[in-house]
Amino acid sequence: MSVLTAHDLTLWRGPFCLFDALSFELGTGQALVIRGPNGSGKTTLLRVLCGLTRPEEGRVDWDGLPVEQNRQAFGSALAYFGHALGLKADLTAMQNLRFAAAFNGRRGGDFESVLAALSLQDCHDLEVRYLSAGQKRRTALARVLLSQARLWVLDEPFTNLDDAGRVFLETQLNAHLRDGGLVAVAAHHELSIRDGQEIDIRLGAAH
Amino acid sequence: MSLFEAFRAICTRDLQVALRRWGDIASPVVFYVMVTTLFPLALSPEPDVLRNLGPAVLWIAALLATLLSLNALFRSDVDDGSMEQLAIGPHPLALIMLGKTFAHWLLSGLPLIVLAPLLAVTYHLPLEGVGALCLTLLLGTPTLSLLGSIGAALTAGVRQSGGLLAILVLPMMLPVLMFGARATELAASGEDITGPLYLLGAFLVLALTMVPLASAAAIRISLD
Amino acid sequence: MWTWFHKLGSPPHFYRIAGFMQPWLLWPALILMAVGAYAGLVLAPADYQQGDGFRIIYVHVPSAYLMSTIYGVMAVTSAIGLIWRMKLAHAVAASCAPIGASFSALALVSGMLWGKPMWGTYWVWDPRLTSTLILFLVYVGYLSLRASFEDVNKADRASAVLAMVGAVNLPIIHYSVIWWSSLHQGPSIKKLDTPSIPADMLWPLLLMIFASSLFFGAMLLTRARAEIVERERNARWVRDMVGQEPAHVGGPGLATGTEET
Repeated sequence: MSVLTAHDLTLWRGPFCLFDALSFELGTGQALVIRGPNGSGKTTLLRVLCGLTRPEEGRVDWDGLPVEQNRQAFGSALAYFGHALGLKADLTAMQNLRFAAAFNGRRGGDFESVLAALSLQDCHDLEVRYLSAGQKRRTALARVLLSQARLWVLDEPFTNLDDAGRVFLETQLNAHLRDGGLVAVAAHHELSIRDGQEIDIRLGAAH
Repeated sequence: MSLFEAFRAICTRDLQVALRRWGDIASPVVFYVMVTTLFPLALSPEPDVLRNLGPAVLWIAALLATLLSLNALFRSDVDDGSMEQLAIGPHPLALIMLGKTFAHWLLSGLPLIVLAPLLAVTYHLPLEGVGALCLTLLLGTPTLSLLGSIGAALTAGVRQSGGLLAILVLPMMLPVLMFGARATELAASGEDITGPLYLLGAFLVLALTMVPLASAAAIRISLD
Repeated sequence: MWTWFHKLGSPPHFYRIAGFMQPWLLWPALILMAVGAYAGLVLAPADYQQGDGFRIIYVHVPSAYLMSTIYGVMAVTSAIGLIWRMKLAHAVAASCAPIGASFSALALVSGMLWGKPMWGTYWVWDPRLTSTLILFLVYVGYLSLRASFEDVNKADRASAVLAMVGAVNLPIIHYSVIWWSSLHQGPSIKKLDTPSIPADMLWPLLLMIFASSLFFGAMLLTRARAEIVERERNARWVRDMVGQEPAHVGGPGLATGTEET
């Protein structure tokens, strides 16, 4: 039973308070859906959950331990899809994916079917710098889908996906939740969480 | 993946990426050669003058070449998001920084050590001096890379930080420069240099143990 | 005892306490400096070898002493800020840096002015002047790093790492410079290594060192208060003090947990 707990997260960007004393608990089979207009702090909140951005107050716990003290366990359980995709432009898509899998200790993983479902089967041997923006994003998504991580943190994953891709991602999300995974996602588009419990957060309400 | 395997994986990846852009790798080496040609041209090609200057020039040029290559150490990884992925991964960030710095040294420091004897010949350095030059560079350039990695990590998120990086890092590099150049000079005049060599070794050990922690902390701050 | 420490870490409390203490440091400092300066410049006898030129030590030595001590204070408060996440400690460290830079510049200039009558030249690469120059450049680097960040928190943490790294490096650099200078033949310049400074030259010097330290304390408190007010400018306690409405309901007062009235 894994659980991600946020205690009293507070963060300011200049004179604007992005969130104040925000607390929640995210357990297995639950999806945290963060909505809000541009600039409301969705990305920042996700980064705080990953341990990349330090909040002014509050902390994030994974399985009861603060994330800063629990980096090894949390790192093994986390897969993050952010704005900066985390792909080396000079390596091929496949090399990037294989490195990520090996480095994070994943064995196996069905590369072929995931790549095919994301329409990447023809370009996975191209260096990433030759891929289109959409293909790059889908490669980074493939990394998350192949990661076998328990917690998926996704920052606007549906952008730049065609309908087939969107359906595929939603199916994968729901399957992940069904298998006991956790999801934290910032979304513009509507997504339907069928197989898990949805926890909603709306940012940027009072400005 | 064990710690050693993780170290090797990150090192290998960095080398793979760098070798795709071998123009970047060549820069420090070419710079090294060019700087060493400046002094005879600007001063005098007299063998006696060059023999006096040689240890200092060859060491300073190596330091400047290292400094030049430091800017790119973490920048591309921070920009494309790879550093974030490494920072939230299961392996200690300090180990990753050590691996990246080692790969950087293999690409920027080691070629200088290989090239140094050739350039030492152009400065009419005696054989003992050449040997000391290579030995001190072997002990010193990893330390320079390590110290530089702290500056590179602190400035990784700052735009156009080349000058700032140099300002931060040069004072820290001064002891290595002083002992390395002086030891080479002493060896060239036939004196024993075990003292300075031990000191350079001590600096290296100190840097190896303490720098990765500092640069890991620094890169986390830059990623914030 | 911890409550006192935590109270001190609260910016409005520190602001008040520092404001109270500052005149108690400043006025004694100025008075003692005046006394010390008079004693050193007028009362102390002229040096046997250097004549009146030696009197610059009454400026040079306190500056040199302070530039190193201030760096130590900066490194320690940076460490406290980084480890215990006290923003106030970071503010104090930030306040130290310009003062330390100024004293090292003063030590450099006074050292050079001393050099002219002593060695006939404004600059020699002796260990002390060289170390002073390097420390000055380290201060400049610290200030440059701070200036390159827009976000204050990032600037605080990055410069804290730099200060702590420097604290380890500076002794190494200092002793390396001493070793390096001992290798070279040349007049061994022993400025203050004279076996015994006569008492009537010494006590003004000690007085000046003490007075300058008080002066540093006063300057630090003044700067720190200004630094805190600027950082906390949106907080309720600052707005109340200045007489304005708070920027937001529930402004970002720092972690005190108490309502500031």
